[in-house]
Amino acid sequence: MLNPELKLNTKIFNEDVEQVPIRKGFGQGLLTAGEMDKNIVGLCADLTESTQMNLFAEKFPERFVEIGVAEQNLAGVASGMAAMGKIPFISSYAMFSPGRNWEQIRTTICYNDRPVKIAGSHAGISVGPDGGTHQAIEDIAITRVIPNMDVISPCDAIEAKKATVAIAKTKMPTYLRLAREKTPIITTEETPFEIGKSQVYWMPDTGLAQVGIIATGALLHRAILAAKELESEGKKIKVMNLATIKPIDKEGIVTLAKECKAIVTVEEHQIAGGMGSAVSEVLSANYPVPIEFIGVQNKFGQSGTPDELVEHYGMGKESIKEAVRRVLMRKS
Amino acid sequence: MHLTPEKIFELEKRANDIRISIIESLIEAKSGHTAGPLGMADIFTLFYFHALRHDPKNPSWADRDRVVLSNGHICPLLYATMAHAGYFGMEELKTLRKFGTHLQGHPHREYLPSLENSSGPLGAGLSQAVGMALADRIDNGVSTEKYVYCFMSDGEHDEGNTWEAIMLAGKQKLRNLIAIVDRNNIQIDGFTENIMPLEPLADKWRAFNWHVIEVSGHDFQALNEAVEEAQAVYEKPSVIIAHTIPGKGVKEFERDYRWHGTPPGAGPEDKIKKAEQGKVALAELRTLGGKIQSEHQ
Repeated sequence: MLNPELKLNTKIFNEDVEQVPIRKGFGQGLLTAGEMDKNIVGLCADLTESTQMNLFAEKFPERFVEIGVAEQNLAGVASGMAAMGKIPFISSYAMFSPGRNWEQIRTTICYNDRPVKIAGSHAGISVGPDGGTHQAIEDIAITRVIPNMDVISPCDAIEAKKATVAIAKTKMPTYLRLAREKTPIITTEETPFEIGKSQVYWMPDTGLAQVGIIATGALLHRAILAAKELESEGKKIKVMNLATIKPIDKEGIVTLAKECKAIVTVEEHQIAGGMGSAVSEVLSANYPVPIEFIGVQNKFGQSGTPDELVEHYGMGKESIKEAVRRVLMRKS
Repeated sequence: MHLTPEKIFELEKRANDIRISIIESLIEAKSGHTAGPLGMADIFTLFYFHALRHDPKNPSWADRDRVVLSNGHICPLLYATMAHAGYFGMEELKTLRKFGTHLQGHPHREYLPSLENSSGPLGAGLSQAVGMALADRIDNGVSTEKYVYCFMSDGEHDEGNTWEAIMLAGKQKLRNLIAIVDRNNIQIDGFTENIMPLEPLADKWRAFNWHVIEVSGHDFQALNEAVEEAQAVYEKPSVIIAHTIPGKGVKEFERDYRWHGTPPGAGPEDKIKKAEQGKVALAELRTLGGKIQSEHQ
């Protein structure tokens, strides 16, 4: 069942569940954060509407800087503004920021320890028809590896809005991972959100869970659907939303592993270096259990519909169910 | 405002002392860059002992001018100048590049918080300076009294990031931003015009809507006038292209690109044996100090 304490959207199993692009939540969150703090500034690299920064830009034109198609400059200028007391949000497609400008993010933002917030839209393979050049599936790996950097990957537009408001209040350089496509609304305005805190969204009606699924981003919806279907097979599953990938919720992950003794990680990202890798770093050092990884397996993306691509690269509901069955077989 | 002969004497003497400190710290460090720091010593001296609005005893003073060093590898000069100005003790200079030092091989503000930025990877400093100038304009308007100075190398014009920043500053008409380019014509692999030709450099900056001033990087009077001219320009950012002699002050090091990234004791041996390089450099600079003294007496 859905965790009743978290006041989640009970309609998530309906075919007509409301769907909103995660990046929309960012746009609304930035507007809210901008209203709360005059030091928040927005910088964009020629993708203002696409990354939903236009809401902020229209409300606060004097606090918005159009950088042009120059992501390296985007990072450096933001660092300079942060040095003067601003809290800059920079937005582009994830492939270009933090993709193209990785070294500028490392040196001018993280090494300098400046509170720049990097919103990478169009992350994951579900970007769809634009094809592999525009599908960022390495961004979690390249951001979480940098010291001082927080990494947040919201599961829907409502959580993205809360995450945007929350990261605006920290001193940390932060990467906020956003998806382009319409994504089912899983949470509600009442669902709590805290940086660094995982949450169990789905749990057995009674008794202990046999497998823990840890998911991040838009695929969380498919993970919950898979868990519900597995329940009818008599399998008791917990599904955790790991929205903060760094700092990672070690306690929450270890607690889940102690209960389930088998874990499946689910993310729209390369398996190498992603959220699953972060989870396995925690578990192999603290409480080793079998883990199955759902993610892209050392491949680039291609054009297609989001659903076609998620299925083709082995991240769909059936693939998640298969991974659960596999990990159950490996349990000692 | 014209610099008085007394002020010029004081600056020349100070620049020479800073060059001595650079060589001394490089001898201790046994690695690091020599040519750029010696070449830019006069310019840094003019700023830290005349042009800059700063307070070494209160480095976080909110109304200070901001100094962004983009080509972080000339930090032996930055550190020596800051020590002479009183930011920290002169004895720190002997810890350059050593474990636990405040004076990292390339500047890191986590270790030396009075720095405005960390640097080393080339081409990123001007972006940060543009950001600082933009933020200050948001807070204090176009007539802000603060200036953001960005010290850059000529070699880092090879980086695309440099031109992205130049373009944005031109678009934003940042009158509170002044870039100072060390036009010393060398980079690690050789002469700039052989590695990647930059000329016509002044025309390029001009084409990006900057006010361009070309000046000798070793003439205090002319440099000071250039800074004052840049400060007076209202509708554009300004760049001072300072023509400098790499290795300036030590005859055997001057204009030789092989001294770009080499400390005394590890440099080319055709003029001075490695073991003698530090001693010869210090002796020359100390004699030069005496000459400066006698010229002004």
